[in-house]
Amino acid sequence: MTLGEQLAQYLATGLVVGGVYALIALGFVIVYRVTRIINFAQGEMVMLGALVMVTLVGRGLTVPPAFALTVVAVAALGALLERAAIHPLRGAPALTVLILTIGASIALRGGALILWGTDPFALAPFSTGPPVRLFGAVVVRQGFWVLAVAAAVFAALWYFFQRTYAGTAVRACAVNPRAARLMGIRVHRVSLLAFALAAALGATAGAVIAPITYATYDMGLMLGLKGFVAAVLGGLVSPPGAIAGGFLLGVVESFAAGLVSSGYKDAVAFVILIAICLAQVAGWLPWRVAEEG
Amino acid sequence: MGARARWCLLAAAAAAVAVVPLLLESRYVVSTLVFIGFNALAALGLSLVMGFAGQVSLGQAAFFAIGAYVSGVLSASWGWNPWASLAVAVAAGAATAYAVGLPIFRLSGLLLAMATLGFGIIVYYVLVNWSSVTGGPSGLTGIPPLAVGGFRFDTDARMLWLTWGLLLLALGLAGNLVDSRIGRALRAVHGSEAAAQAAGIDTTRLKLGVFSLAGAVTALAGALYAHYLTFINPSPFGFTYSVELVVMVVLGGVASLWGAVLGAAAVVALVEGLRALLPLVTVSHGAAEYEIVVFGLILIAFMIAAPAGLSGIARRRA
Amino acid sequence: MRRIVTLALAALLALAWSPGLAPAQEAYKVGAIFSITGPGSSLGIPERDTALLLEAQINAKGGVRGPDGKMHPLKIVIYDDASDETKAVLAAKKLIDEDRVTAIVGTTLSGTSLAIVDTVQKAEVPMVSCAAAIKIVEPAAERKWVFKTPQSDHLIVGVLADYLKAKGLTRVGWLNVDYAFGQLGWIEFEKAAQKLGLQVVANEKFGQKDVDMTPQLTRVKAANPQAVVIWSIPPSASIATKNYADLGIKAPLFHSHGVGNKRFIELAGAAANGVIFPVGKLLVAEQLPDGDPQKGVLLAYARDFEAKYGPRNTFGGHAWDAVQLVVKAMEKAGTDRAKVRAAIETTRNFVGITGVFDFSPTDHNGLDRRAVTMVQIVDGQWKLAK
Repeated sequence: MTLGEQLAQYLATGLVVGGVYALIALGFVIVYRVTRIINFAQGEMVMLGALVMVTLVGRGLTVPPAFALTVVAVAALGALLERAAIHPLRGAPALTVLILTIGASIALRGGALILWGTDPFALAPFSTGPPVRLFGAVVVRQGFWVLAVAAAVFAALWYFFQRTYAGTAVRACAVNPRAARLMGIRVHRVSLLAFALAAALGATAGAVIAPITYATYDMGLMLGLKGFVAAVLGGLVSPPGAIAGGFLLGVVESFAAGLVSSGYKDAVAFVILIAICLAQVAGWLPWRVAEEG
Repeated sequence: MGARARWCLLAAAAAAVAVVPLLLESRYVVSTLVFIGFNALAALGLSLVMGFAGQVSLGQAAFFAIGAYVSGVLSASWGWNPWASLAVAVAAGAATAYAVGLPIFRLSGLLLAMATLGFGIIVYYVLVNWSSVTGGPSGLTGIPPLAVGGFRFDTDARMLWLTWGLLLLALGLAGNLVDSRIGRALRAVHGSEAAAQAAGIDTTRLKLGVFSLAGAVTALAGALYAHYLTFINPSPFGFTYSVELVVMVVLGGVASLWGAVLGAAAVVALVEGLRALLPLVTVSHGAAEYEIVVFGLILIAFMIAAPAGLSGIARRRA
Repeated sequence: MRRIVTLALAALLALAWSPGLAPAQEAYKVGAIFSITGPGSSLGIPERDTALLLEAQINAKGGVRGPDGKMHPLKIVIYDDASDETKAVLAAKKLIDEDRVTAIVGTTLSGTSLAIVDTVQKAEVPMVSCAAAIKIVEPAAERKWVFKTPQSDHLIVGVLADYLKAKGLTRVGWLNVDYAFGQLGWIEFEKAAQKLGLQVVANEKFGQKDVDMTPQLTRVKAANPQAVVIWSIPPSASIATKNYADLGIKAPLFHSHGVGNKRFIELAGAAANGVIFPVGKLLVAEQLPDGDPQKGVLLAYARDFEAKYGPRNTFGGHAWDAVQLVVKAMEKAGTDRAKVRAAIETTRNFVGITGVFDFSPTDHNGLDRRAVTMVQIVDGQWKLAK
C-alpha cells in the first residue's frame, strides 16, 4: 500500500464520517440561530434515529418507509421536547436552558436503555455489494449512501430556507426575533419548527450511519459532541459553515488517527474546540462564533 | 446568616460528624457518608462557580481527576508522604484551573461551558493514554492512606472525620468569602456583569479567582478519594461525573453553599435508595437505567419549576 | 372472602404441624456484585443469570450441606455496580455489614474489583472476582482474601502467541481498544512477542465508541503483516472486523476472548468468518474429545443456561465457577469467613467451566494454559481451530 493510497483512504473515511457530523452540526445551528439555545440533546436524536430505524427494519419494513417513519417519529419527539421543556423556559438564562437540555439528553438515553437494553444492534446496508475502490481507497457502499443522503438533505434545506415562506420566517427570526414578531411571524412556532427540524436531521444521521456503526443506546453523546464541535468550527450560526465544519472535522480526525496517534484521535475534536475558543479571544478568527449568553 | 451564627452551626455539625460514626455500626452507612463528603466538596467548588460567578463548568470532573492522580502518583509511584502529595494535588488543581481559566474566562456563557467540557474530555484521554505515569485505563494501585503519626485514616469512621472536617472548614471559609467585599462583588457579577464592570469591578479576575478556588477544592476531594480507595482508574472521572456534579449543584440550589452538601446527599441517597428498592420491583437487579432517567427528569423539573433547588424550596417554606 | 381466608389459615396451620417438615435451617448467604448496567453489562448480565440459575438449582436439591451435616438454603444477594467503582465499594460494604454475607462473588470488571480489594481485605471477607486482571490477586501473599476465576491475560495471550509462532506468522499487526481490557492484552502480548521472537509491525488503538477503524487498519495494512490481532469486545471489535474485510486485508485475523459471544458474529456477519481467537472451552464443548475432564460439566451448564437465557458465553462461566467455589468451601467451612477463605485456597482439582482449578497460597487464580483453546469461526459457528 503506497502512501498515496493510504492518504486517499484517510480522506475517504473522513468524508463519510464527516457527512454524519455535518448533518448533526446542522441541527445545532438551526436551533441555535433561532433560539440561541445549544441543544445538548441533539446527539440523542441521532441515537434514537439509529435505534428506531433498526427496530422498524427488524419488524419487516423496507428501508424507504422505515427511514421516513423514523425521521417523522424523531422529529415529533423533538417537537414534543420543545413544547414540554424548552417552551416553558423561554426567556430564561442560556445556562439554565443548557442544563435543561443536558437533563433531556440524559433522560432520553436512560429511556432508550430501558427500551432497547445495552446490546448493539446491526442493520443491513441499504444496498449490498462489495466495497468500491476509488483512487486506491476502499469505500463501503453505505458510505455513498451517507454522502448521497447528506447532499439531498443539504439541497432540501437550501430550498426550504431560500424558497419557502416558513423557511424565510425561520431566517427572519434568526436575524431579529423582535422584528420578525412585529412582521406577524409567530416566533414560538418557529422555535418549535427548528427543534423538529434539528431532530429530523439527527435522526437522518442516525439512520444512515447505523449500518456502519451499529446502533446502541449510548452512541449519541460522542456523536452529539462531535457534531457540536463541527458546528462551532463553522461559526455556530451558518448552515454552510456547519456542513464545511462537519467534513473538515471528519477528515482531520481520520488523518490524526492514521498519521499521528490513534489513542488521542477522539481528543482531536476537543482540542479544536478549545483552540477555536482561544482564537476567538485572541481575535485571530476570521469569523465570529456567536457569544452572547 | 451572620458570621457568628454560621460558625456556631458549623461547630454543631462538626460535633455531629464526630459522634455519628461511633453510633453507626454499619460501614456501609458510614462509607456512604464519606462519599457524600467527597461529592459535596467537589460540588461546593462548582457551586461557587455557578452560583457566584454565574458560569457553568462542564468539566469539573477533570479537577477531581487531577487531585486524585497527582496525589496518587506522587504517593504510590514516587513514595511521597501522602500529606505532601495531597498538598501538591490541591495546588495542581488550583494552578490548572487558573491556567485554563486565564484565556477562556474572557469568553462568556455558553462558549465557556463548552471550553470546560472540551478540557474535561481531553484530561480523560490523557489519563487513558499516558499509561507510563497514570497506569492507563487499568489504573493505579497501592495508594497509601493518609496518616498522622501512627493514626492512619484507613477506616471508614476516620475517613468520615477527615472528609467532613475538611468539608465543614471549606464551608465556613466559603461562607466568609461570600459575605466579604469580594463576595458582594461576585454577586454583582452574577446579577449583571456590565453593571459590575461599570462599578469598577475587575470581573474577569474575580471569576478566575473563583474558578481556581473551585479547582482546588474539587482536587482536594479527588485526592481524598484516591487515598480512601487506595486505587484509581480513569473511568469514574469522565463526562458523566461532570454532569452528576452539575446535577448536585442544581438540585441543592446554585446560590447556596449548603445546597452543595444537600445536593450531594440527595444524589447519593437517590442512587443507593434505588439500589435497595429496585430488586424488589424488577428481577434484573439493575438500577443504572432508572437512575439516569431519574437524574434527567430531576434536571428538567428543577430547571423549570424550582431553579433555586432544594435549599430554595426550604427557604420558601421557612 | 372470609371463608377463603379461614381455609388458607387452616392450610397453613396444617402445614406447620405436619410432622415430616423439618424446621428450615439458617440460610447460607453469599453476596454478588455484577455490572448489570453500564459498559460492563454484556458481561454482567450473563453472570447474574448464572448466579440465579445456580441458586435455583442448588435450592431445588435442598440447599447446601454444611459441616453440621444439615441442609441450608442458599441465598445469593445480588447488587448492580453499574460498572462504577464507587458503587462497587458501597455495594461491598453493604453486603458485608448489612446483609452479613459469608463471601462475595464478583465484581464483573477489573476496575471495580481492584476498587473493592482494599475493602474486603480489611473486613476479612473472601471474595472471588469474575474479572480478568492479574493485579486483582497478586501478590497472593498480600491479597489473602481475594481470588478470581477468569484466565489471566498472560495465559490467553501465551496460547495465542504460541499458535502464531507455530503457524510461522511472525510479522504481526496489533490493534487494541483503549481501555483496561485492551491495554492489559497489549502489555502481555508485547512480552510474549519478545520471548518468542514475533515482530510487531504495527501497534494501534481505537475507542470503544469509534464509528470507523479504517484509518488504523490502513496503517496496519501498510505495514504488511502476516497476521493481525484485534484485542477488543463488540461492538467495536465487530466494526473493526467489518472494516478489515472491506479493506481486503488478506492476512488471517485473530481476536481475543472478548469476542466469545454470539453477538460478535451477529454484528460482524460474514466478515467474522475465518476469525481465530483464544478462549475457554465452553464455546466448543460438543467438539471436545470425550476424555476431556471438563466436557461433562460444560455440556450440562451450556444446556441449562441455553434453556433459560439464550446462547452460552464464557462470562457466565466465570460466575458459575465463582459461585461453585464459594459453595464448595461453605460445605466444608459453613459461614466462618476465615475458614471459607482457607477452604477456597486449598481447593484442588475443581472442574469448572473456565478450566480445572488448583488454588494454592501463591496462586489465587489456579488455572494454567489448559484452560485456553483456539477457536475459529466457520460459517458463523465456533469450531476448534487446527
